[in-house]
Amino acid sequence: MKLRKQVLENGLEIVAECDPTAHSTAVGFFVNAGSRDEVAALGGVSHFLEHMAFKGTATRSAEDVNREFDEMGAHYNAFTSEEQTAYYASVLPEYQTAAVGLLADILRPSLREEDFDLEKQVIVEEIHMYEDQPPYGGDDRCKELYFGSHPLAQSVLGTVDTVTGLSAEQMREYHTQRYAPDNILLAAAGRVDFEQLRDQVTKITGSWKRIGKSRTHARAEGQETYEFLEQPQSTQQYVIQLTPGPSAEDPDRIPAKILSLILGDDTGSRIYWAMLDTGLAEQVAFSHHDYQCSGVYSTFMSCRPEATRDNLRRLQEIFREAGAEGITEEELELAKSKVESRLVLAHERPTHRMFNLATNWSQRREYQTVAEEMAEVQRVTMNEIHDVLEKYPLLRQTTVIVGPESPEDLADNAK
Amino acid sequence: MNKPILSHVFSNGLVLVAEPNDQLESAAFHVLVPAGSCRDPEDKAGLCGFVCEMSLRGAGPRNSRQWSDELDRLGVERGESVNASHTCYGGATLARNLFPALALYADLLRCPRLPEEELEAGRMVMLQELRAVEDEPSQKLLQELRRHQYPHPWGRPAVGDAAGIRDIGPAEIRTFYEQYYHPNELILGVAGRFDWDALRDHVETLFGDWQPRPTAEPVAEAPATRVLHIPYETAQTQIGIAYDSVPYSHPDYFQAWGAVGVLSGGMSSRLFTEVREKRGLCYSIHASSHSLKEFGSVFCYAGTTAERAQETLTVTLDELRGLAQGIRSGELDRLKARIKSSLVMQQESSSARGAAIARDWYHLGYARPLEEVEALIDGLTADSINAYLSEHPPHDFTVVTLGPEPLEIPVEAA
Repeated sequence: MKLRKQVLENGLEIVAECDPTAHSTAVGFFVNAGSRDEVAALGGVSHFLEHMAFKGTATRSAEDVNREFDEMGAHYNAFTSEEQTAYYASVLPEYQTAAVGLLADILRPSLREEDFDLEKQVIVEEIHMYEDQPPYGGDDRCKELYFGSHPLAQSVLGTVDTVTGLSAEQMREYHTQRYAPDNILLAAAGRVDFEQLRDQVTKITGSWKRIGKSRTHARAEGQETYEFLEQPQSTQQYVIQLTPGPSAEDPDRIPAKILSLILGDDTGSRIYWAMLDTGLAEQVAFSHHDYQCSGVYSTFMSCRPEATRDNLRRLQEIFREAGAEGITEEELELAKSKVESRLVLAHERPTHRMFNLATNWSQRREYQTVAEEMAEVQRVTMNEIHDVLEKYPLLRQTTVIVGPESPEDLADNAK
Repeated sequence: MNKPILSHVFSNGLVLVAEPNDQLESAAFHVLVPAGSCRDPEDKAGLCGFVCEMSLRGAGPRNSRQWSDELDRLGVERGESVNASHTCYGGATLARNLFPALALYADLLRCPRLPEEELEAGRMVMLQELRAVEDEPSQKLLQELRRHQYPHPWGRPAVGDAAGIRDIGPAEIRTFYEQYYHPNELILGVAGRFDWDALRDHVETLFGDWQPRPTAEPVAEAPATRVLHIPYETAQTQIGIAYDSVPYSHPDYFQAWGAVGVLSGGMSSRLFTEVREKRGLCYSIHASSHSLKEFGSVFCYAGTTAERAQETLTVTLDELRGLAQGIRSGELDRLKARIKSSLVMQQESSSARGAAIARDWYHLGYARPLEEVEALIDGLTADSINAYLSEHPPHDFTVVTLGPEPLEIPVEAA
């Protein structure tokens, strides 16, 4: 395993973890373009643009793009989050050059008017699909309430209105601003020919102009509020909560992640024994998410509508107890064993290594081997976990409840 | 490539099938217990899932909490599921923890406590799961599609129904366990880093003295209706289409599989191109082969806003029927490239291999090495697939829709 890296003259950065014994190669372009970079009127433009990247370039039609990916047997896709748009492929090593060439090409899509109009319909369908599924927009609404005027409040998909209102011209302008080479990271893992990768990308992106675009990095201060969204036809009730937590740059994020396993992992956690093993709730997930300069704990619960109030109380009690009494040595050790095994299992696949590399690099310009990452987890102490509990009390929540029944006096209870 | 797949059939019928791979740091296991939902009594649908749920609540010397904590200490990533033919337990962990993890699962399989005092908690878990499906329109649709496609009881949803689950008592849990958790017909797949001789001895110690018990297969009955609309207050209409295919063990299976790959595989496949890329009718559309031991089917799904649902159904059915006109060699080449890289990447995951070789054994009576799968894929030609398609053109469709308005089903579909 060897880390190789290079910043090209135009600012595009390449990082690769080269493992000559791997069977496959994973590559991904990570563009600093996400919903937090959008002005409200352009809500959803980053995600829509991700779809448009597959609709053809100066030298390829949409069919060419899809066909060529399939011809090399690539496992490929793209996604958009609050902070980035990623285009990635896993291929057999002999297709490295072809995959990188194609991925780089679609970062300069034609954005033709007729494709734009047709793809808009697909995006609208995607929005409707999520409207029919739990939690029926409750997750976006909770983010909106929590982040308030901070750009992280914006929905990744946008709304039917903002997406319908977008013009191809606005998208072109957004693309020019955000898809500049100094806003792009190329990450690779597995069996990577680094020299070939560097030379090829230097050549393809040689004419791309750097633009020096940055993003606002203010820390978001969460709002403590509660809202009920009526969804008369749903069977279950859904609860979404956001609570302030450490950000991506903050060393506290590691104890925070361990804490979230102790409290909310899907097996053997406090929430598991109190609420899932007992069948009181259908699903309860509690986890930590970090962004640049912001971080949150998020809770997702589904249960019978009539059980919502009692379940929220139980959940509050678990959070309160953790804050007041802390955790035990045994819980900490158990959580560490889980992390160790998960790291080993996940990182057998180059695709996972590539994503891990990209996240560490784009958030912290940091590289860690699996062993280093494991050691970092092993070093976490009880005190660090208790400090995090003190710095980020779990009871400062923004709560959104979605479902058929408004639970009475919940507004007080949720506080 | 890999070392050969090894197997051993113990005197009580239990099958151990294992694929070593020393490039991995992990090892994974996958147990197929012949306690599928096809064994559920008519008035107790969901029993097999309920037994699975109860089996996790303590075994041998450990109560529920102790059993689970021990697995966490060993870092075992685990999951269980039920389907028509089996209850499946799987886990993956660091190679050095494989043997103690298997010992914990031997306890679960051979001496689960099935604690009566936790029966109500288990029942609530089962009922919650049923309620959750009601809120997931695509899941609900696929469940109903399968029910109307496969002969009963093979198409019955493994989650059961609320009436059945409410009616299940501790005696039924115990009886079902005793009848269907037995070593004959049980298949244990292991993949990753391990020593074969030591593994075989370990499994012999854990399971060797477990007594076999004969069982009978349920009798299958064809479903009565194959077209159905389920009214649902949703923005989108969910469309499900199914048709008969051949099961995994059939000599033509890979021909049928190749044809479905042309329909739906990568983004250049027919359904994605025609329905989504050219017409923008939907976000989600796909088709895939599914196999039970005796029956095979193709299941196809699309979700789209109600106003575009009729057109989506028509275009999709046209594509399915159009398959009988044959596929082109370029389409097959892309499919081969895709599957070739999938096969290579499958070796990077002990869990994927452990489950695959166990399922292979169930269907074929042996596990196919990846090289053999590759040779079968290489042997496919556009002509061979077209010959298959002209003999088995997609027809006799089962069509289930779910949404605000019923659709018009072209007569020849049903």
